[in-house]
Amino acid sequence: MNVPRDARRRGLLGLGALAGLGALGTLSGCASAGATAAARATAPPQAGTGDLGVVVQRARGALSIVNTTQRTVLGEVGGLGDLSHASVVFSRDGADAFVFGRDGALTRVNLPARRVTGRVMQAGNSIGGAISQDGSLVAAQNYTPGGVKVFDAASLQLLCDIPALTASGARSRVVGLADLPGRRFVYSLFDADAICIADVSDARSPKLLRFDGIGRQPYDALVTPNGRHYIAGLFGEDGLVVVDLWDETPRPRRILAGYGRGEQPLPVYKMPHLRGWAVAGRHAYLPAIGRHEVLVVDTESWAEVARVPVAGQPVFVMARPDGRQVWVNFALPDYHRVQVIDTPSRRVVRTLEPGAAVLHMEFTPRGEAVWISSRDANRVSVVDTASFATLAALDVDAPSGIFFTARAARVGL
Amino acid sequence: MRDVLLSMAAALAAGAACAQPAAPAAAAPAAPDAARQQQLVRMVRQDCGSCHGMRLTGGLGPALTREALADKPVGSMAATIFHGRPGTPMPGWRAMLSEAEARWIAERLVQGLPEASPERSVAR
Repeated sequence: MNVPRDARRRGLLGLGALAGLGALGTLSGCASAGATAAARATAPPQAGTGDLGVVVQRARGALSIVNTTQRTVLGEVGGLGDLSHASVVFSRDGADAFVFGRDGALTRVNLPARRVTGRVMQAGNSIGGAISQDGSLVAAQNYTPGGVKVFDAASLQLLCDIPALTASGARSRVVGLADLPGRRFVYSLFDADAICIADVSDARSPKLLRFDGIGRQPYDALVTPNGRHYIAGLFGEDGLVVVDLWDETPRPRRILAGYGRGEQPLPVYKMPHLRGWAVAGRHAYLPAIGRHEVLVVDTESWAEVARVPVAGQPVFVMARPDGRQVWVNFALPDYHRVQVIDTPSRRVVRTLEPGAAVLHMEFTPRGEAVWISSRDANRVSVVDTASFATLAALDVDAPSGIFFTARAARVGL
Repeated sequence: MRDVLLSMAAALAAGAACAQPAAPAAAAPAAPDAARQQQLVRMVRQDCGSCHGMRLTGGLGPALTREALADKPVGSMAATIFHGRPGTPMPGWRAMLSEAEARWIAERLVQGLPEASPERSVAR
């Protein structure tokens, strides 16, 4: 719309300026303006969003906007506050990134325009968020005050505030928030040993289903790619909890109980994260707390299938989109390494050292490459997942989370 | 719950003090040198920051700002850093720190931790 109008205006200006020069001059002025307008009209339309993504610059409070096909940084958007532990979800068209900051800010950033289009300070201390299946609701999970707040994705208006409470009525920190089909969100309460499902179909009066006594201190959780199972990891005891959401009366079930076999766990310098694709085929690959192991569990029977010894305490255990590989990064002091597990053989087939303090990994939509952030090297490495060659190294200040717009089309991300 | 944890930490601190004969002041381990101090500040902001926040405003772990720590004894904080706090996600950092370094960190936290030097100049 703007382009032709702009060209027309210039055409008119040209006519005015050339008016005294006679017919020929006037005509040539028209012709050139017309040619410009035509050239602009046939210029390719604005690019799509399918190969865009963001990298969090945690120290500077900014997002780098990246293109995963060109493997370039397109630009940056700053002024986003405290982005330590920031996470991002996307609108369905992949154009808007909703950024959840540690300081409780929820900011909407438009990727093509590279600017902030909305921002609310919604809590004192926040840890992440989720977007509903239909893209209309954005939910934030908060530590202070402990609870979940649900916002209209378009206006960022608060629709409901669901406090998370312990048995004694104190606030609990909320972890492991994920979207479920049908305007529902599921989350866990670290301080209350509970899992809650909030149905926000009527955002003004949410309905809550709560499971208590699920196990001590759930620290994070995930929803499987098919949306069927919610798996919460426990910090306070050996084991995880699974809820089959397709069950007529869903209930929590303990899995991998006692996986530590009573051994003294190592000190956990960084909590593992479960969100991300840890499910490869019928198997879920899960980080063992306080151990140098990845646990493999069968998602049909929920029996332990294997343990894969790895180079440190796993933080992210993420399956390549096809499930053929699982990539693992580690807590300090082993966080200069990344290991690749081949899922058919369940063996580590590669150890990479992409730069100091690896904090996150993200696969391109079809998984031919993985982007790895190395905080202390101020670098994001793009690695070919077939040859393990480094395809590009991007200069990004203290990078942490990497989020590509393909997440927009997936449950639980 | 918090009272229980605090008293646990205090007990831990007392235990740590009892377990080791009080060293004469002259033999107290030296404070970390300037380069190590920089490393420690960076470690607190970046690595402790994964639970306590890069700006130490809290997260899964409590806030460690000067205001938040106003009434906390340095000795028990140093013991918590070194030995961890059982029953919570706070690990003991003894594998990465000396006791003197844990104490140095506790003292800095109470005074308000300095900003880390710019990331870029450290890494490049």
